[in-house]
Amino acid sequence: MRVRALAKRIIQQFIHDKRSMALMFVAPILILTLLSLVFNSDPLEPKIGLVKMPDPVVQMLQKDKADISKFNSDNTAKLALEEGTIHAYLSFDNGSVVVHLEGSDPTVTQAVMSWIQESVKNRIQSAIGINIKTEFQHGSKSMNSFDSFGPVLVGFFAFFFVFLLAGVSFLRERTGGTLERLICSPMKLWEIVVGYVIGFGLFTLIQAAIISTFSVYVLDLMMEGSFFYVLLTTVLLSFTALTLGILLSAFANNELQMIQFIPIVIVPSVFFSGIFNLETMSSYISWIGAVTPLFYAAKAMRDVMIRGLGLGEISNNLLVLVGFSLIFMTLNIFALRKYRKG
Amino acid sequence: MNLSYVSIRNITKSFGAQKVLDGINLDVRQGEIYGLLGPSGAGKTTLVKMLTNLEKQDSGDITFEGINLPSSKVIHKIGYMSQSDALYQELTAGENLDFFAALFGIPAAKRVIRIHEVAKVVNLQDHLKKSIQNYSGGMRRRLSLAASLLHEPDLLILDEPTVGIDPVLRQQIWTQFNILKNQGKTIIVTTHVMDEAEKCDRVGLLRDGKIIAEGSPEEIIKEAGVSRLEDAFLVLGGK
Repeated sequence: MRVRALAKRIIQQFIHDKRSMALMFVAPILILTLLSLVFNSDPLEPKIGLVKMPDPVVQMLQKDKADISKFNSDNTAKLALEEGTIHAYLSFDNGSVVVHLEGSDPTVTQAVMSWIQESVKNRIQSAIGINIKTEFQHGSKSMNSFDSFGPVLVGFFAFFFVFLLAGVSFLRERTGGTLERLICSPMKLWEIVVGYVIGFGLFTLIQAAIISTFSVYVLDLMMEGSFFYVLLTTVLLSFTALTLGILLSAFANNELQMIQFIPIVIVPSVFFSGIFNLETMSSYISWIGAVTPLFYAAKAMRDVMIRGLGLGEISNNLLVLVGFSLIFMTLNIFALRKYRKG
Repeated sequence: MNLSYVSIRNITKSFGAQKVLDGINLDVRQGEIYGLLGPSGAGKTTLVKMLTNLEKQDSGDITFEGINLPSSKVIHKIGYMSQSDALYQELTAGENLDFFAALFGIPAAKRVIRIHEVAKVVNLQDHLKKSIQNYSGGMRRRLSLAASLLHEPDLLILDEPTVGIDPVLRQQIWTQFNILKNQGKTIIVTTHVMDEAEKCDRVGLLRDGKIIAEGSPEEIIKEAGVSRLEDAFLVLGGK
């Protein structure tokens, strides 16, 4: 009954605090929409200049996806490159083809280089009459970077906002003196922790459902597996955020100090969650991922959304998340013990 | 009447190097209003927190109905109003009271009745639907007092209950304290306001972690050989 009362109170507080509710439900949607617009844009079509190339070569290259323009001298091409009207130009120099790049924007450089690769591949194929085909075990050629890190982001936003709101909420309980009321009541310490988990749990469930539905059905994020597993993973991750937020709030004296945990705890866990490739990372720091809940959630999310795997394959990662929550909850009860002296 | 309803023996407490309580001895009788009088920083709050599980003495014994405090066993018999108002800002007054009542396991049907009763005590029965954000300082203080009465505690511990409350309402609240007292409840109240201490049955003068005088306000005035409690405090404190 006391657990229910606490859960009910948290729900009431949420209902009265429309702004926090908006932060939890609307902010992730807004950011995910922006990210999808940024990363879903069409690939850059390189503008290539050709200097004194024979017409058959020009015609051949025009078959590949590029905006080709012809130049009569190196100097005019160079000028065009400086002005930014072309991304690169090709010229003959002592029997070899030289690619001239502006070079300050990696995206442009990459687009030009892959066009050249594609072009060379096509020449070889037509010269020797063998086709080179690419087969994808998971994903596809049309899969873009948003599809790749989208699943991680869906988990991250659930994690981030729940962490912040639960942490601040519990911090206020402490600084506002209401925690004293709980301590002076017959309420058991575990009831406080469980009450919080249930009260916030309802909102994390709604949040997870909104974020996942929106990402998959509106933003058209790649979705190979079951929607239910995405929801399950997100909710379990939210529970770790909730219990971790409450735990860390014990080490903050005000809201600002709670915000200070973002660069210390949240941002590093994003770096090591798998958004960036961990294999290229120095082994001195790559182990950090393995101690953050987001790392396991990201693996499970990608397994479901990109690889279409089921419960059997993701259960280990989910169990780790449950383990994190249980550990944080236990630590929370211990942290609360210092307040109750009798 | 139980002359040692709450018994406090040789209590010491230090925070780091600072000794806050230094050998406190006092007895609170059942059914009286006991005032702990002292300047801020004298250790009043620290002492009453030991009765409510929030603080633990370094040495010495506190017993309440034969149970050593701090203890969770008798917590349901004790009502505590802290110095801070300790209310949920986002909730309405009624929702606050409903939550605090539920913490003490009061069934839903009875909660409605109790909320109405305690709200009436502090004259807030018409403001229960208001959010705490729209409450004045005095209203918050009164609601905080109402919250501590919800579970009909036998022992009521009030830490500076009438700070920020106007004289008319203060009078009303003290009338309520006397009604509660006549119902057999015991009240311990901390204050640094002299005229409030004069309304107590007995007071303990707390200064620098020690009880420097104890008795009814009249006894203390007589002992000090002065005409006002305020002067008595200065005379006895100077010893």
